[in-house]
Amino acid sequence: MTREGKYVKYVSRMMTSAVGVVFVGREEKKKKKTTSKMADAMGSKPAETHVGKEKRKSATKRYWQNTELNDPVKTEDRNHEKDSENHETSENKTERKKKRKHGPQGKKFISGKKDPFPGPAPVPEEKIRKFQRGQTSIVANDMFSDGSEILKSTLKDAEETSKLATEKAARFDLLLSEDAGFLEADEGEETCTIAQDDIADAVDITSGTKYFNLSLTQFGPYRLDYTRNGRHLLLGGRRGHVSCFDWHSKQLMCEINVMETVNDVKWLHSEAMFAVAQKKWLYIYDNTGIELHCIRRFNDVLRMQFLPYHFLLATASATGFLQYLDVSVGKQVAATCTKAGRLDVMAQNPYNAIIHLGHPTGVVTLWSPNQREPLVKMLCHRGGVRSIAVDKTGTYMVTSGLDRKLKVFDIRAFRPLQSYFLPAGASCLSLSQRGLLSACTGDIVQVYKDVWGTPVKKPYMAHRVRGAVWGAQFCPFEDVLGIGHGEGFTSMIVPGAGEPNFDGLDSNPYRSVKQRQEWEVKALLEKIQPELISLDPDQLCKVDRATWEQRHQERVKQLGYDPLAKEKFTPRHKGKGRSSSGNIEKRKRQVAHEDQRELIRQTVEEKLAKEKEIKEKEKKKAQQGQRSALDRFKK
Amino acid sequence: MKVKVLCRNPDDYVRETTRDIQRVPRNYDPTLHPFEVPREYTRAMNATKLERVFAKPFVAALDGHRDAVNCMAKHPTSLSTLLSGSCDGEVKVWNLPTKKCVRTLQAHEGFVRGMCARFCGTSFFTVGDDKTIKQWKMEAPGYGEEEEPLNMILGKTVYTGIDHHQKEGVFATCGQQVDIWDEQRSSPIRSFTWGASRFLTELLASCASDRSIILYDMREATPLQKVIMNMRSNTLCWNPMEAYIFTCANEDYHLYTYDMRQLSMPIVMHSDHVSAVLDVDYSPTGKEFVSASFDKTIRIFPEKKSHSRSVYHTKRMQHVICVKWSLDNKYIMTGSDEMNIRLWKANASEKLGLLTTREKQAQNYSQKLKQKFQHHPQIRRITRHRHLPREIYSQRKELHVMKEARRRK
Repeated sequence: MTREGKYVKYVSRMMTSAVGVVFVGREEKKKKKTTSKMADAMGSKPAETHVGKEKRKSATKRYWQNTELNDPVKTEDRNHEKDSENHETSENKTERKKKRKHGPQGKKFISGKKDPFPGPAPVPEEKIRKFQRGQTSIVANDMFSDGSEILKSTLKDAEETSKLATEKAARFDLLLSEDAGFLEADEGEETCTIAQDDIADAVDITSGTKYFNLSLTQFGPYRLDYTRNGRHLLLGGRRGHVSCFDWHSKQLMCEINVMETVNDVKWLHSEAMFAVAQKKWLYIYDNTGIELHCIRRFNDVLRMQFLPYHFLLATASATGFLQYLDVSVGKQVAATCTKAGRLDVMAQNPYNAIIHLGHPTGVVTLWSPNQREPLVKMLCHRGGVRSIAVDKTGTYMVTSGLDRKLKVFDIRAFRPLQSYFLPAGASCLSLSQRGLLSACTGDIVQVYKDVWGTPVKKPYMAHRVRGAVWGAQFCPFEDVLGIGHGEGFTSMIVPGAGEPNFDGLDSNPYRSVKQRQEWEVKALLEKIQPELISLDPDQLCKVDRATWEQRHQERVKQLGYDPLAKEKFTPRHKGKGRSSSGNIEKRKRQVAHEDQRELIRQTVEEKLAKEKEIKEKEKKKAQQGQRSALDRFKK
Repeated sequence: MKVKVLCRNPDDYVRETTRDIQRVPRNYDPTLHPFEVPREYTRAMNATKLERVFAKPFVAALDGHRDAVNCMAKHPTSLSTLLSGSCDGEVKVWNLPTKKCVRTLQAHEGFVRGMCARFCGTSFFTVGDDKTIKQWKMEAPGYGEEEEPLNMILGKTVYTGIDHHQKEGVFATCGQQVDIWDEQRSSPIRSFTWGASRFLTELLASCASDRSIILYDMREATPLQKVIMNMRSNTLCWNPMEAYIFTCANEDYHLYTYDMRQLSMPIVMHSDHVSAVLDVDYSPTGKEFVSASFDKTIRIFPEKKSHSRSVYHTKRMQHVICVKWSLDNKYIMTGSDEMNIRLWKANASEKLGLLTTREKQAQNYSQKLKQKFQHHPQIRRITRHRHLPREIYSQRKELHVMKEARRRK
């Protein structure tokens, strides 16, 4: 517990020393710029900077160093000590110190100058937009114009707090320490012509080692999978070779041969377990290669996807079954017969945990475990679908088909955005965290940038591997694309692919065993139930705008009778022979026309509405003219 | 060619020594944290379930009385002290942290009908069936000294309740009539003949056995207002924060909250008890109150809600005669028929004792989550679920049926 306590303190200190950290960041940037300029002037390669040990790059400042900076007396002493070592910097510091003395500490009136930037620094609008969720102002809407004052004020308070939180998060964004990678070509050069060897030579040694080949000619072709934090790599050869290793340190965890065809491999929630889809059944191994389970309910599995927040392993089989296995309890959650034959194209939408399946008819279907029919059927290609990839925000889907086309869809509106023609078609699509797309044709891997924006003419990068590509995946939080092919495995450097700043509580590549254990417990506690999987994951926090009629119907169902129904007219009993059956009937007839009038009015209204609808439809038809092929999916 | 590839220095992400704390870099980008809402919902669900798991409100039972506990009084300045009077005329002073009786005195012959502490906490008053009002010192008498009241007033009729002014040396008793007394005098300075009782600075209310609630102004000779209800009110309690609002416990199983300025209609009718409500006491925040009932349960009501937030009962607790909410807003004391005083937590799942900052933060977070998702059917079902003794459960159902039938007619 004490350790945990410390760790919270650490985080909070990080937060409090925010201003200092920004400052340091700026200083570093300046330094970097100067060195790069010098390098340019000398015409030397940047790779030389780390080879010659001229000057050790000063380590990034720690939080305690910043706090010391804030203490005027201590820093002054330090400055004197350091004077001999580093003259320049100390001078700078003293200057800054003087400035500070004249600034906020000294009285305002000494210099007579005003603070040119009063108040907190403004946060750029786009940064704030990045953190905004949902509607911005509800209170201003008309919806609550006649609501109670208490409701209005609570909503207003909630809005204000959320606004504050957004602003703080946007401010915190400045403190992120890493910048994304990039690759820029010289004049008259294309980035796609730059060879991997050149890149590996140009960058620092550690990054250079990220380009490597594993020559595994015996058991290929290989499928691969990275863990969610991008630290561990799992390789599965078609002819039974399965191995997993920490690819940063190149430390082998296990290497086995399952002596059977391997169709797909997938890590489960952490690097402790992985699933292997073998010739007949699905197996689960631990990271030392011990077989933990053989799941016979899952047979002939061709492709797998793991939904990390739901702890679900979704499998697509050769028999056309889409099955979900809850790996936390080991139970099959759902098994759906898709009735679409062999399922060998599968992708998951990381935004809403919907499974996308591609079919030989050119249709892409979207599935959730709660429904036996597909949520959506999209006709995407004229030939069969070869591969699907969905981006992490759940906005775009990229598909490639046998018609040699690469198409980009907006899957919120189910609209095609871009369509590219690739002469050889593409397989093994994969999208990186920052939106780079890798497409493989034969033994060539091409990486495209921003395929959904302006139409792309040329690939961002290209690389030829030794055998036909069998599987490709971008490594999370790294500028690396892993490629499994017939002759083994290639790790390719793709600058700008990975998200530079990871979140330590979500997926931390540097986590220790203890941290992983703690994370595992927390993740299991907040495992999302499979019933909550739907196209819109935020549906839970939206207002249920069931109409009054719907609610009324539910109530009628619950009660068994309609509480608001008009009671049928029953004539009062009258004495003295006035309640003869004839008399009663007469009295009933007196009011009967009222009920009838209501009924007639209703039917007439319905009729009119129907006629209007039909007219509108006809009008639309006349306006449309030609029908497109996709129209038959419209309802 | 210009190239930069992501390359992290592990020193920035891994702690330096094993004695250091782990580094946790954060990135709040929403795209890195998918399923925000479902995850929060799951957390809220877990928090609600845990709240029910930890809902163990019973803290302690103080036994020692030889007859049913008839009345209790809070010490105005000391949280650890509680006074209780029983039906055999015995008064006990309790130390709550040690759960021990520190002093016992035979105050009256017959019932101790009412008691109250003086606002300064140096002495307390008791009234009993022997037609006397006695003032006692709060401290126990020294060794060898005899237990004697500071003052004793012998009245003509039985007094059924007493309450003290919050700032001055004036107190009021009720019986056949409401009397206002000065501490220095042995005869009442004023009596009202219109009819138990509670003080505001100058105002005072009483419930009478002729089904009425009467408000008095101490400065005037005649009572202010009178409300007549369907059945008799047993006690009433002023809201300590909004001093114009009071709640009365009625024999017809309900509690009624009134605004003094508009007595024609109660603001809220609180109904959940299945038998007569015997006592009521407000929390010092004025947001909630607790009611004790003849149906062997106590219930906690939010001030403006018509149904209770929670219900406490044990197998051994009989008809609850008196109830008090402690002045630190954390505990509830009940005195019941089977001679015990029980100590309950006001918030059933609250963790007692000092909380670390992290615990507090976690608690606040889960509280907020519960509040955010409180209207979701699953969560609402869990939060509302309470186990009730079979008798009370069936009686509630029966009452519900009766109410529905009345409504339909």
